Amino acid sequence: MDQLALDVAHLLAGGLVLASFMLLYQDRMTGLINTFALHALVVSFSVAWQAYIQQAPHLYITAAIALIVKALVIPLALHRIIVRLDIHRTIEPVVGIGQTMLAGIGLVALSVMVMLPITAQAGTLAREDLAFALSVILLGLLMMISRRNAVSQVIGFMSIENGLILAATGAKGMPLVVEISVAFSILIALIVIGIFLFRIRERFETVDIHVLHEHRGEQP
Amino acid sequence: MAVALDLTVQLGQMLIVLALAPLLTGYVRKVKARLLRRQGPPLLQPYRDLLRLVRKEVVLAQNASWLFRVAPYLIFATTWVAAALVPTFATGLIFSQAADMIAIVALLGSARFMLALAGLDVGTSFGGIGSSREMMIASLAEPAMLMVVFTLSLLAGSTQLSSIAASMQGPGIGLRVSLALALVGLIMVAIAENARIPVDNPATHLELTMVHEAMILEYSGRHLALIEAASFLKLLLYVSVIACVFVPWGTAVSGQGLDAYVAGLGIYAAKLAAAGCMLAVFETVIAKMRVFRVSDFLGAALMLGFLATLLLFVSRVT
Repeated sequence: MDQLALDVAHLLAGGLVLASFMLLYQDRMTGLINTFALHALVVSFSVAWQAYIQQAPHLYITAAIALIVKALVIPLALHRIIVRLDIHRTIEPVVGIGQTMLAGIGLVALSVMVMLPITAQAGTLAREDLAFALSVILLGLLMMISRRNAVSQVIGFMSIENGLILAATGAKGMPLVVEISVAFSILIALIVIGIFLFRIRERFETVDIHVLHEHRGEQP
Repeated sequence: MAVALDLTVQLGQMLIVLALAPLLTGYVRKVKARLLRRQGPPLLQPYRDLLRLVRKEVVLAQNASWLFRVAPYLIFATTWVAAALVPTFATGLIFSQAADMIAIVALLGSARFMLALAGLDVGTSFGGIGSSREMMIASLAEPAMLMVVFTLSLLAGSTQLSSIAASMQGPGIGLRVSLALALVGLIMVAIAENARIPVDNPATHLELTMVHEAMILEYSGRHLALIEAASFLKLLLYVSVIACVFVPWGTAVSGQGLDAYVAGLGIYAAKLAAAGCMLAVFETVIAKMRVFRVSDFLGAALMLGFLATLLLFVSRVT
């Protein structure tokens, strides 16, 4: 039973890393948002499983928040935003999926190499979760720097937050208050970013952030 | 006496593989046609096609060299050997010492090499396009396949298919994320290698999209029959590898007697039918991708292989 519990936790956390790679691979807006919903779904399953094996009922609430807010509300809002911005059919010119994937694998290797030695005293579950969570966070950062579209950058940012939740639940003992406030700050960030997107769009008639560089007088 | 019996079983397996391969392809075609609400050719149509091709006269291009004539036999032979080595209804047969996954990858690689050479031999532009595309696919698919093999053999402690299947049934494996990644990677490689739909369309002769068909455009008669049979065998081989490694339950073990073999054969047929059905559904719901997207698709397979090996080291620490 114990071994099986560990294996399932491992499988879900690995699935989250895989979903991060799927985010990197997607180049269509709708596909990207659906993949993000999948990402959040995996995170909520992972948290619920942690709640079950750690017998920590408050983690079920975290899982429910992840499920409702990030797997349903935010993807639906993003779908509406991209329809309003009329970019739901755009195919984003992702430069070099191959290179991005290789860089991603390098980041996963890096986080495994960093995390496993420094958490030598912690329990097995916490160590693996921390290694996976660090990879998810780094992959989200990679996604933010490799994309040009502002909406994809928002999605990269939200996937980082999913990685943080995974780290926090694996490490046993994040208070519920912190979790709720994090969830709400993410929602508020979404609203702010949404308004911001419309502002960029009003001024430049595109959400390609390279136009911002030109506006500041930098060379593209 | 025991050796003779083992040899008989092994020979039986080789013949069963050869006999079932066209049936599997015919079955996939039939299911696909039914999904599109068409009647579809009968299940035995691939056998009839092969017979008809064998009876026909061989037409050779004027500038075809000896290589062009030799290649079909070599392609068929290497593919058949590879397919016969994979455990189908029983593991631990007498040749299973040689059923090394790396050897199987190498056999398939040499078959592909011969096919690409034959495509270039006559000097038509189609053959050249087909060969160059095939090599592009191979340069990504083979490393991906090898990464999957490394993952499996690190887990099982052996590269032999029989021992991998045995250790997959054992208690020490459990539910592992690496295995799931390896399975997805292997399926992607199998789709690309067998020229199935998202990568190549086996049913079309539209020149912009074809890879496999472009290379064999100049072949006719028994040469074409051999190449077709080799491609049927390749499909069966990949399905058998996936079934043997990831769904090893119900396979007979050598020396259990006739009953176990017959039961293993029935279960193997059921696995083939399920896999063929899934392949047909998958091919029906998905659209073919552009040739330049293939490298992304296979790059993802390679990435899954890398990731599977990498994550193995995380879980090894436990």
